[in-house]
Amino acid sequence: MRSGDLILQTMSKVVFFIIILFSIHLFFEGHYRPGGGFVGGLMTSGAIILLLLAYDMETVKKILPFDFKWLIAVGLFISVLTAGGSLLFDVPFFTHVHDYFNLPLLGKTSLHTAALFDLGVFFVVVGVTLTIIQTIGESE
Amino acid sequence: MEMNNLVVLPIFVPLLTAVILMFFSKNVSLQRWVSVGASLLTVIVAVLLVRTVSIDGIQTLDIGSWPAPFGITLVSDMLSALLVLTTSVIGFAVILYSIYSIGIERERHFYYPIVQFLLVGVNGAFTTGDIFNLFVFFEVMLMASYVLLVLGGTKIQLRETIKYLTVNVISSSLFVIAIAYLYSIVGTLNMAHISQRIAEIENMPGILTVIAILFLIVFGLKGAIFPLYFWMPGSYYAPPIPVMALLGALLTKVGIYSIARTYSLFFYHDQSYTHELLLVLAVVTVLIGVVGSIAYWDVKKIIIYNIITAIGVILYGISIATTTSMTGSVYYLLHDMIIKAALFLLIGIIIKITGTSNLKKFHGLINDYPVLTWVYFIAAISLAGIPPFSGFVGKWLVIQGGMGSGEFLGSVIILITSLLVLYSVMKIFIHGFWGEKDQQFADKESVSYKKLLVPAIILVAISVLYGFGSEFVYPYVSQAVETLMNPEIYIEAVLKE
Repeated sequence: MRSGDLILQTMSKVVFFIIILFSIHLFFEGHYRPGGGFVGGLMTSGAIILLLLAYDMETVKKILPFDFKWLIAVGLFISVLTAGGSLLFDVPFFTHVHDYFNLPLLGKTSLHTAALFDLGVFFVVVGVTLTIIQTIGESE
Repeated sequence: MEMNNLVVLPIFVPLLTAVILMFFSKNVSLQRWVSVGASLLTVIVAVLLVRTVSIDGIQTLDIGSWPAPFGITLVSDMLSALLVLTTSVIGFAVILYSIYSIGIERERHFYYPIVQFLLVGVNGAFTTGDIFNLFVFFEVMLMASYVLLVLGGTKIQLRETIKYLTVNVISSSLFVIAIAYLYSIVGTLNMAHISQRIAEIENMPGILTVIAILFLIVFGLKGAIFPLYFWMPGSYYAPPIPVMALLGALLTKVGIYSIARTYSLFFYHDQSYTHELLLVLAVVTVLIGVVGSIAYWDVKKIIIYNIITAIGVILYGISIATTTSMTGSVYYLLHDMIIKAALFLLIGIIIKITGTSNLKKFHGLINDYPVLTWVYFIAAISLAGIPPFSGFVGKWLVIQGGMGSGEFLGSVIILITSLLVLYSVMKIFIHGFWGEKDQQFADKESVSYKKLLVPAIILVAISVLYGFGSEFVYPYVSQAVETLMNPEIYIEAVLKE
């Protein structure tokens, strides 16, 4: 761990959560207002990169103990299956469905399979960004 | 509601496979078998697709249930179905070949997923009915090809990837610009709808001719036509043999397909300028190709320049734009994809045995490798178009179409250059295979070339069957050409009026 960056490290701890919350907000807003999987994913990567700047790769790996390339595969898998799921229901590829549900706490909520697709996009963007930064950062 | 998800399967199967393969990149044996299985499955769905199109006509699929022209439509007419089938077969053969030749280090670094992504891009580009979606599939294909080109990180691969990347980034941005111009005029991206809108504009105005030329530049850069072929001999020389076979057999052909599609569907109203230009470029491309192929003593370079020649021949048929010449072009396109892949795989075996691609450094391979020799011989005469073999019918019809339209000079040039093509591949045969037994390669039986020979023989056998069974293939090709010659069939199938 780098020493002497006390102010940066303390600030990062606070700001990290604000950025993450904002990125999740952006992600869920995508259907109605500007936002969506792509910016949401970029913003999340931004938060993690802030941790990388304040601390180092080892610390980040301790917090997120998985290979970021794996995250790309997971994201693609979610998106491809969302699109391919329509094949099971004998409707054209990529057909989305949505409906309103009464959820506990949240009340009447509209759920759309497009959000699942967006979740895949979110993971791919986070995975790709962090893989690029990690690979460049670790190469000698 | 009419819909057929079969259309999307040749794209979906490799896509899902690529994603699944990413989860266990280090388990090489599992990677191999999943890839082979999936590519076989892709071949099967492609066969089903061809069969369905031949029985029921053009198949369309409105992605996400949004009707054309508002959503993305996938369109499988006979031309794209045949190309998808050819692509899948080549993909299968190359993956089989890769298992025994690409090397464990590349296999551990996402080689098989990337090959599947390349197949997604190529199959998608052949199937899409939306011009911007065509761009996206081009990019999927190109990104995969960048990785395949550079994977391994040898010096020559790095240098040539820089060139290839630069050229393609420029041509892709030109593609976007061309689409933007076209969109600003016709206000739609669906290819059938674009065609309809262009037909509504009386006397194709100059701006559409400009856009037609812009598209020609874009697809010419992808498809390596004169004078936009300059990047290709170097770039295709760099990667390992299976990658070279994939790029050589598939990538340039997507450019050619796009020219055929746009010039028969969009820009057919005022042919005097665009098709004349295409004709001249095609003939010069043929000449450049043969000059290169007879000039070099490097087996890889010889085959690479033969790609350029073939592109010229196919384009020549497209530029004549009669039913005969188009039939010839389609015949020749399918033949050339298969035979080029086969030739690359065969010279890969030669290089593996001799350790060099320089033709002057080895001779007499026939003494120790008779099967390889005769398979190569059949592939070589198929390429040159000796009558019963597969290259003949296509070239014959192209030349016949040219003569019928009064283009004697071009047709005679193509006829004469066929001899030079034959000379260039026979040069490999005579100098490499004939002659006295070369002691230095005699005891190379330990090199496991026999397993490598299997996919090459599969492709050559398909090519031979294709040549001998031209009559059997004819109804399919003729159905493909019917759509190319009559855009209203395509429009009607997509827009369902």
